[in-house]
Amino acid sequence: MLSAGLFNYWIVVVLMMTGFYIVISRSNLVKKIVGLNIFQTSVFILYITAGKIAGGTAPILDDRFDVYSNPLPHVLILTAIVVGVATTSLGLALVVRIREAYGTIEEEEIELQDASAQRREDEEAEAPKGDGAPAGGRGRDS
Amino acid sequence: MKHHRILRVAAKLLIPPILLFALYVQFHGDFGPGGGFQAGVIFAAAIILYALIFGVERARQVVPPSVALFLVAAGLLLYAGVGVASILLGGNYLDYSVLAHEQTHGQHIGILLIELGVGVTVAAVMITIFYGFAGRGS
Amino acid sequence: MIEAHLPALQVVLPLIAAPLCVLLRHAGLVWLFATLVTWASLAVAIALLQQVLAGGVIVYELGGWEPPWGIELRIDEANAFVLVIVASIAAVVMPFAKRSVADEVEADKIYLFYSMYLLCLTGLLGIAITGDAFNLFVFLEISSLSSYVLIALGKDRRALHAAYQYLILGTIGATFYLIGVGFLYIATGTLNMVDLAERIPQVQDLQSVHAAIAFILIGIGLKAAVFPLHLWLPNAYCYAPSVVTAFLAATATKVSIYVLLRVFFTVFGADFTFGVVPMTAILMLLGGAGMLVGSLVAIFQTNAKRLLAYSSIAQIGYMVLGLAIGSVTGVSAAIVHLFNHAMMKGGLFLVLGCIVFRSGSTLVRDLAGVGKSMPLTSAAFVVGGLSLIGVPLTTGFISKWVLIEAALEEGYWYAAVLVVFSSLLAIAYVWRVVEVAYFQEPSREVAALREAPMILLAPTWLLILANIYFGVDTSVTLGVAEQAARTLIGAGP
Repeated sequence: MLSAGLFNYWIVVVLMMTGFYIVISRSNLVKKIVGLNIFQTSVFILYITAGKIAGGTAPILDDRFDVYSNPLPHVLILTAIVVGVATTSLGLALVVRIREAYGTIEEEEIELQDASAQRREDEEAEAPKGDGAPAGGRGRDS
Repeated sequence: MKHHRILRVAAKLLIPPILLFALYVQFHGDFGPGGGFQAGVIFAAAIILYALIFGVERARQVVPPSVALFLVAAGLLLYAGVGVASILLGGNYLDYSVLAHEQTHGQHIGILLIELGVGVTVAAVMITIFYGFAGRGS
Repeated sequence: MIEAHLPALQVVLPLIAAPLCVLLRHAGLVWLFATLVTWASLAVAIALLQQVLAGGVIVYELGGWEPPWGIELRIDEANAFVLVIVASIAAVVMPFAKRSVADEVEADKIYLFYSMYLLCLTGLLGIAITGDAFNLFVFLEISSLSSYVLIALGKDRRALHAAYQYLILGTIGATFYLIGVGFLYIATGTLNMVDLAERIPQVQDLQSVHAAIAFILIGIGLKAAVFPLHLWLPNAYCYAPSVVTAFLAATATKVSIYVLLRVFFTVFGADFTFGVVPMTAILMLLGGAGMLVGSLVAIFQTNAKRLLAYSSIAQIGYMVLGLAIGSVTGVSAAIVHLFNHAMMKGGLFLVLGCIVFRSGSTLVRDLAGVGKSMPLTSAAFVVGGLSLIGVPLTTGFISKWVLIEAALEEGYWYAAVLVVFSSLLAIAYVWRVVEVAYFQEPSREVAALREAPMILLAPTWLLILANIYFGVDTSVTLGVAEQAARTLIGAGP
């Protein structure tokens, strides 16, 4: 079914898989956010495509036209885009804070640091009791 | 950016039309394409352009961060307030028809205020996000 | 006049209060204001439940637009009950929050903390109350975005990474839900849940409708932390501020389970979900595996907060199992466990909040001897732990009793065996903490600890005692849950 009418849906599938793959495979936190954005964008296109009616014009009432595209998906996606912007900015803000706290934005290195912190907690558990200072890095500015 | 004269002159020429266009998109939104979301982003873009060219410090004097945060809350309150007003006037939440004596007129006032709330909040949020990132590490 | 607008007020109250918190700024004032708002929300939720029980389904048209064009808020027994769960946890946690948040969150961010808390409450209440599939997505994102912020406010730097991971997985989950809803919209042309329910039987052979239910199951399963989609949960609960952990553990995943119930029974209908799609087998597998793995992993945790987080995954398994059985008894077991688990986990995480307030650590080894220095706090943990295990006279027993009854009624004897086995594992992990707290010699620091202040103990014990009360008097919880299950399945009142 590789017909031209399905062109948009193929774009959706390609973008969706590209974005999802980036989220899964990249260790760089910023790249993950980029992947997430591509993934979300593919869904926006899915909705917009579904709202298109062949031969329909922009949904602004006028005597010269009687076929309009469905405006509802556009409104829904405007909301979803706003949600996407909020998610992106919050995600990037977290990345900035992570970089300040860990000194890196590579997930593998962060996990290494977390794992060694975890190991320290576990080792202290076997050491004699009484030195139980609260564990975990508290050194973090606002 | 002190030495980039072309950029500075071009920005000074562009910023007023951008602000004006934002207001046009805002208030023309109930007749044609446009509305609060778009207007808010365009308005914030002008402020962000100013910050990029003349420095974040000077932009902070134009729109202080505390004012931006206040506007975020105020815009949302305006939106929600219209809803509460319509309850108090005997309609359902966000039922604009009861806001004026005549239904169409009420709808008109309602959507105008709602979009204003959206516009103010979106512009303020965009500026706050920009300050949040641009102020880091400087 | 006000009675007619309660559905809107339920969501609008915390929504308006959130920006007002930003304007008030003063930490003490904001706390007082937010507390009053959560109590008012609870009052509204209880009033709504009473209205529904007395007069059936309540429909509220937002903006006066008729459904299916406008968004409607639609409340029946099931979501009225969920509203009460969410609002009551939010209201009980607030008094606890004053001292605990002042201790764990930086002073200049406290007013923003309460603003986010109220937004999160708005989102969770909104998810429960709305009758529109897309509106549900918006509320889902409101609650998710604010909970990412709340988690990131934790003291430990690992809170940041936990919040980031939750953000990525949560967004993927929400986007999957959006894809599912998109397919349904393309197939039926409507977003209203009741309207969808009418139209889906006519198009149920379409591949896109089958894809839609799969996307929604995965998307909401991610938010509900259904095994094996739970990876974000342990870290997020472990490193978030105590108040946030207690609030989210008791409400966020419960609301997501409610969404699954609503989508499977109301939107798709039991015939499609369990007849056309083999949902019973899928959910039984996920729920059973969650119960086993969650409980097993919990036994080996060195951090008490993380231990309870894994136990949550097991408990979610019970709810999914009830949902999988799909009979009236099964679904009422799931619904009553929503309530009971909120009470026990909310209470237990508040106990850990008390301990953090005094000692700053939730590592199991740091709890050695707490039983002597903080007797009331530790006793609360024991009672909550008994409820978690499912000892008679506690709420945990009621949930498991109904669940086993449902499993045996439908002939799933192996599910019943799993429930009992998972409870035995629960004894192991609860005992680990209790043993350390009561039977090990306290270190000098622990021996010097004082009992937690009254304002922390009172909300904690309120939730813990609720475990006993609703374990003895089940007429309210079980009665409402059964009625809700009947409404959802459509078996008549």
